[in-house]
Amino acid sequence: MRQDHPLIKPVAVSGRGFYIATLALLIVMSWAFFAWFTQFMNGLGETGLNRPVYWGIYITNFVFFVGISHAGTLISAILRVTGAEWRRPITRAAEAITVFALMVGPINVFFDLGSPHRVLNIVFHGQLNSPLIWDVICISIYLMSSLLYLYLPLIPDIAELRNAGVKPLWFYRLLAIGWQETEKQKRLLKKMIGFMAIAIIPVAVSVHTVVSWVFAMTIQPMWHSTIFGPYFVVGAIFSGIAAIIIAMAILRKVYKLDRYLKPLHFKNLGILLMVMACLWLYFTFAEYLTTFYGGEPSHMAVFYAKIAGEFAPMFWAMVAFCFIIPFPILAIPKFRTITGTVIASISVNIGMWLERYTIVVPSLSNPRLPISEINYTPSWVEWSITAGCFAGLTLFYVLFSKIFPIISIWELKEGGIDVGSGPEITGAAS
Amino acid sequence: MARWGMVIDLDRCTGCQACVVACRQENNIPEVGPEQAAMGRGIYWMQLIEEKEAAHEDAHIAYLPRPCMHCDNPLCVKVCPVGATYKNSEGLVGQVYARCIGCRYCTTACPYTARYFNWYKPEWKPEEKKYLSPDVSLRPKGVVEKCSFCVHRIRKARRKAKDENRELVDGDVVPACGETCPSKAIFFGDLDDPNSEVSKLAKSRRAFRLEDHLGTGPKVIYLREGEWSE
Repeated sequence: MRQDHPLIKPVAVSGRGFYIATLALLIVMSWAFFAWFTQFMNGLGETGLNRPVYWGIYITNFVFFVGISHAGTLISAILRVTGAEWRRPITRAAEAITVFALMVGPINVFFDLGSPHRVLNIVFHGQLNSPLIWDVICISIYLMSSLLYLYLPLIPDIAELRNAGVKPLWFYRLLAIGWQETEKQKRLLKKMIGFMAIAIIPVAVSVHTVVSWVFAMTIQPMWHSTIFGPYFVVGAIFSGIAAIIIAMAILRKVYKLDRYLKPLHFKNLGILLMVMACLWLYFTFAEYLTTFYGGEPSHMAVFYAKIAGEFAPMFWAMVAFCFIIPFPILAIPKFRTITGTVIASISVNIGMWLERYTIVVPSLSNPRLPISEINYTPSWVEWSITAGCFAGLTLFYVLFSKIFPIISIWELKEGGIDVGSGPEITGAAS
Repeated sequence: MARWGMVIDLDRCTGCQACVVACRQENNIPEVGPEQAAMGRGIYWMQLIEEKEAAHEDAHIAYLPRPCMHCDNPLCVKVCPVGATYKNSEGLVGQVYARCIGCRYCTTACPYTARYFNWYKPEWKPEEKKYLSPDVSLRPKGVVEKCSFCVHRIRKARRKAKDENRELVDGDVVPACGETCPSKAIFFGDLDDPNSEVSKLAKSRRAFRLEDHLGTGPKVIYLREGEWSE
């Protein structure tokens, strides 16, 4: 395979666009770092947080990004286990999202700490009683296993880069760990991938379940809910699929991968997204109807704040972005195009961020005991750090796609898909 | 072993907030300034909660001084990831400032919103600094704090009793809020001692506990206001 093969070219050659994008993302991240440093020096008073709204958009971001991380598991593991052939070109793009979202998400909890210099107390004095420790355990396991799950199927492709002489050669030689495509190696690799694909599913489910339990294990109104585990898992897969659709569309455009990322992939993922939209609506409806019918006053205070009070604009925007806008686009086959699914996906991701926000904040701003009414408005520090998180996730992703092939070459070959050998193939893209 | 508890007689409470002020003095609670206070950053280990009992103008306003409830089943202790808050053998819920990482899980889990956070580094004017109590440690920024049931006074009383070669008796321990209260609405003592004033008052027909149905087992018992016209 030559270095100008469309699947290897992004790794071998970097254009101006790459440098501009990287620089722009680094500027945003530097600004976010400045914001965090201000907060670190002065204290969490630099945020808009207060009593009773002790948690705000850092925790929202945490839940949101961990949700995004479920893209990899669903697309890659479930589709691999069920032998869905169309998955082949998209597995790696999905797995990479998992790893990077898992790096960006939990760091928001660190931003939220009042005494970040004592963060290691979690290790030295961790209390298994606390759902936050369950998070630390589950997310660590998930991060490590998803790194492994990303790396394993990368090995043959790294060897491909090594063979093509992509620089730095020592780097790819090292990471290829002597891959020679022997029968024994192939058998072993497939066995390990098969094992990881199965093992990672329960780990992924556990992660979003325990994230929801941080809320559900307390007895705060509209947090203390038994369906929070599955509700969060569904929301996570929902926003994860949306994230992978957006990432695929960008990759397709920037790296000219039309030949591999076909409308079929967007259509299939679009159908999955539609199913998740329905599931999300079902869970949301079940959750709110149960609260409303029960009519317990402390719960109703939160309920009304959401549907008709202070949080109504965000709540109804969430319903619109999560269901009313994406559902018709995804349900009508005519609209289930690349553009259509991308619009629906952007809508879903905005909606799911709002969903996390309307779960975290309204319960806190309506405590059981009457205390003076205080609103929460995120400060510039919080918004800057949030922007930095999005920039960080994007930058990690961009760099990954510049270091490794974002489409699994050997898996395409395995599936009998003609990957071609040179740039002339791209001509037949459309 | 004592099981410390507090009784607050709402019939005697005038809502004067002397307890709130005394508590601030006693426990070195920093002022945050009017701007921060308006943002909800004020710290009140003892806070006066007021609730209008109806929407109309001349409705009765209920006042309720609210310290930490020192629950028998404290939800804050359950959720703390680092063991910075704990329940001791005398039922007191304590806070280890040096251990706290400031994640504020306890503050969100507490159904009484009785926990407070140091958003900035606490500061005192030079003239105030002279009057800081040496009995209560100062808190750095970024940690959670709350009412301690004046645990330092309990320790002092116990030491004094030991010096005098006697057992601790009912009335030996008086927290700052109770000492100050002009209408003597606040009682403090051992709930496990059937002869203590608090355990007698706790049996009153007027006795109730805040959000008792949550199963938190608060050790602050309120005495309901009576009807004087009866």
